[in-house]
Parts: sequence; structure tokens; C-alpha cells
Amino acid sequence: MATVSFTSALNRFFPGLKAEQVDAPTVRDALEQVERLYPGIIDYLVDEQGGLRKHVNIFVEGELITDRNRLSDPLGPNADMLVFQALSGG
Amino acid sequence: MSLSTVLLIGTSKGLVEFRRHSKGWAIGAVHFLGMPVSVVFTDSRTGAWWVGLAHRHWGQKLHFSRDEGRSWQSVPTPRYPADAALRPGKPASLKKIWCMQGAGPDKPGGLWLGTEPGGLFYSGDEGQHFHLVESLWNHPSRLDENQWFGAGRDFPFIHSIVVDPRDSDHVYIAVSCAGVFETTDGGRSWAPRNQGLIAAYLPNPDVEVGHDPHLLLACRAKPDVLWQQNHCGIFRSTDGGQWWDNVTDKEGIADYGFALAIDHQNPDRAWVIPAVSDEVRIAHGLALCVCVTEDGGRSWRQLRNGLPQEHCFDIVFRHSLAVRDNLLAFGTTTGNLYLSEDFGEHWQCLSFSLARVDAVAFAD
Repeated sequence: MATVSFTSALNRFFPGLKAEQVDAPTVRDALEQVERLYPGIIDYLVDEQGGLRKHVNIFVEGELITDRNRLSDPLGPNADMLVFQALSGG
Repeated sequence: MSLSTVLLIGTSKGLVEFRRHSKGWAIGAVHFLGMPVSVVFTDSRTGAWWVGLAHRHWGQKLHFSRDEGRSWQSVPTPRYPADAALRPGKPASLKKIWCMQGAGPDKPGGLWLGTEPGGLFYSGDEGQHFHLVESLWNHPSRLDENQWFGAGRDFPFIHSIVVDPRDSDHVYIAVSCAGVFETTDGGRSWAPRNQGLIAAYLPNPDVEVGHDPHLLLACRAKPDVLWQQNHCGIFRSTDGGQWWDNVTDKEGIADYGFALAIDHQNPDRAWVIPAVSDEVRIAHGLALCVCVTEDGGRSWRQLRNGLPQEHCFDIVFRHSLAVRDNLLAFGTTTGNLYLSEDFGEHWQCLSFSLARVDAVAFAD
């Protein structure tokens, strides 16, 4: 099982959000599993065309994913996947 | 005198609620602290407060409250369909929610939503499901980047929606940049209504589509009287948008600007807050001034009593001036909030320390 962890900034919108175990071959599959646990969260992370929002970053095993449009990056069976916000503010 | 007692201020750092007490107005509560509030809409049919958030990271969101802000709920964010394209091969996605409007008393669950990059959405169930209004999205002019294009933003956006109080199937929208469009069949078909406007920034300033209205309003007591603050001046129509008269103050400063308010009982009265066009966008003479006309735009008078008259860089955005009976309120880009209780003749500063103000609305 891979582990998906989230920036604490998302706790404001999803109280109780915590790291979750997923059985998912790709980043997209992992997000869809997370969406079932926290309905609505995927809309905070991807736009309606399915691409990662501009100021959201996802890391797998410490590396930024490469396919921001389709989120097809593979997840190993014990991978760590981190959902962060980009450093942009104002 | 107005009985309104609640004023909602949408700022770049939250929704600030002012309430009128026996000793004056004071901040009552702050909602969505730290979040950019881009839209504030109070639905007179239901009493609901609607807020659009423009998160930098998490996209656009819509929230509403049925209990004056004590609790909030969200609705699913409107989505451009998978096959909606800005241009062939360029998929469309929601960039910003710009405005919201109730569909009319005979459509109690109906809500219109104006967005960037140019999509108009409609919900028939109080916002639970919004769908793109395909008839406008597929209008031939929308597909022509010489006719619909961004102004100050990367993409065109719908910032004004006016519903005729006599007929809820009769709706106007205004787009920066494209212009004013009208439907008389509930949104099944749309026609441009820009005759008389000037697009001074184009080689042909008399184009049918390609105009830059900054805000469009119609007088509720006389809905064929429309007003717009435009990039190229102030325009008024007395025939439902068939023709626009240029009512810019040729001698004074009532010309370029964003904010506009109108008297919904008196079709001859309107207020604007001018700015220096358009390269610098500051207050004229670094002094804040509201201009009023009471004769349909034939003459304008400057209202400055109580407003800062030096070292003042404030601009007032298009949705940041509100009127309710004798009350006028506006918030500025530098976080100042001013209120008048006598139609703009005298002003008081309610706050000089808010964040940038993007929306102002009276809530009751």
C-alpha cells in the first residue's frame, strides 16, 4: 500500500484529513481513492480538465511528478506520495 | 431613510461584516479569514448570502449561508464541460468567478454565474448544479479572438448580469472584452447590444463586438434604462440597449473608471468613481471623488465631502460600490471603506485598514 500525505493547509477545508493508505497504480488512481474518503477534495487539487492545479505540487518518493496533465506517474507498492501547495502567496 | 443594517465587504483576506448599531457602524464578524473573496451576492429572494472565493492554490469555490453568516455550506464548483474549448484544441477551465445574479422571482432556485474565461453558467436548483450556457459559449463572436478577448486578464470574463424584473427570460450580460449581450428567450439565443459604444483601443472603434464595459446596471423601476461604466467613458441607454448614448463628462473627470451605482427608483441618477485612464490607474489628483448625475448624464457634480483629498492612491473596483436607498458604500484597492447616509453628499471612513476590497454589498 502506498501512503498519501497532505499539506496541513488542507485541514482547514477537510477537518480530520490525515495520511491515507491507498492501493493505486498511478497518482490519479490515488487521488480518486482519496476523493472517496474526503468527498470534494479532488476539486481542490485538479481542475475540471483533470490537470493538477498550477499552485499544487505532488511528490512521489521525493520527486515532483512529471505528468501534471493526466497524473499518470506510477506509484510503487510502498511509495510515499506528498500533496503540497506551491510556494506562492500574497 | 434606509433600514439596511448589514454591509458585507469582500476583501483579498476575507469577508468582513459591518453592522449598524445605535452609535454607528462597526465590524461584526469576519468570515473566510485570509481567503480572497472575489464575489459577494445577497439573494433578496431567499436572504442567502453567497460568497465566491478565488483561492490562489485550490481554485474557485462557492459558499452560501442561510443564517447571516453563522454557518456556511459549499456547492460543487461550476465546471466547464470536457469538450469546452477556448479555441479549437485549447480546453477551457474555470479561471475566476466574477459575478452572480438571481434569475427572478418566478424562478426561485435559478442562479446565473458569470466567469472567466467567458462562460455563463446557470443553476436551476440553488447552485447545487451549474451548467454552461452553451448558446452563448457557442456564439460565433465568442470563438473569434478579435471579438472576445481579455482586458487586464488573460481571458474574457462576464462581470455583469442584469435580469429584467418584468420578465426573467430577458437578461443582459456584459463581457470584458466583448460587450453587452441580450437574451429574450431565457438564454437560448443572444444578440450583441453595443450600438453607440466606442472601442477607442481598436483600429475600428465602431465594432459590433469587442467593447469593454466595466459594469452594466439597469434601473429596476424603469428597466429599459441601462447604464454602463465603460473603458471608454460612461454610457446610458433608454431603449433597452438598442442604442447607447455617451454621457461622459466632457469637461470634468467622470470618464474612465470601474465602479458605478444607480438609483433604482430614479432612472436619471447615477454615481461613478473616476480614475485616471488607464496607464496609471490612480485617483484624479490623488484625491478621492464620487461623481453624481441627476439628469441622466447631461451634467455631473463632484462629491468630496469627507473623502481624502491628498496623497490618495485608491482605486475602486467594479463591484466595490453599492447603493441601498440613501446609503452608498465603497471600498478601495488600498483597504479603505467609506459610507454615506445621504446619497453621497457626505462621507465617513468606516475603516482605513482592510485588505484590498473586491466586492461591497448591502445584505438586507
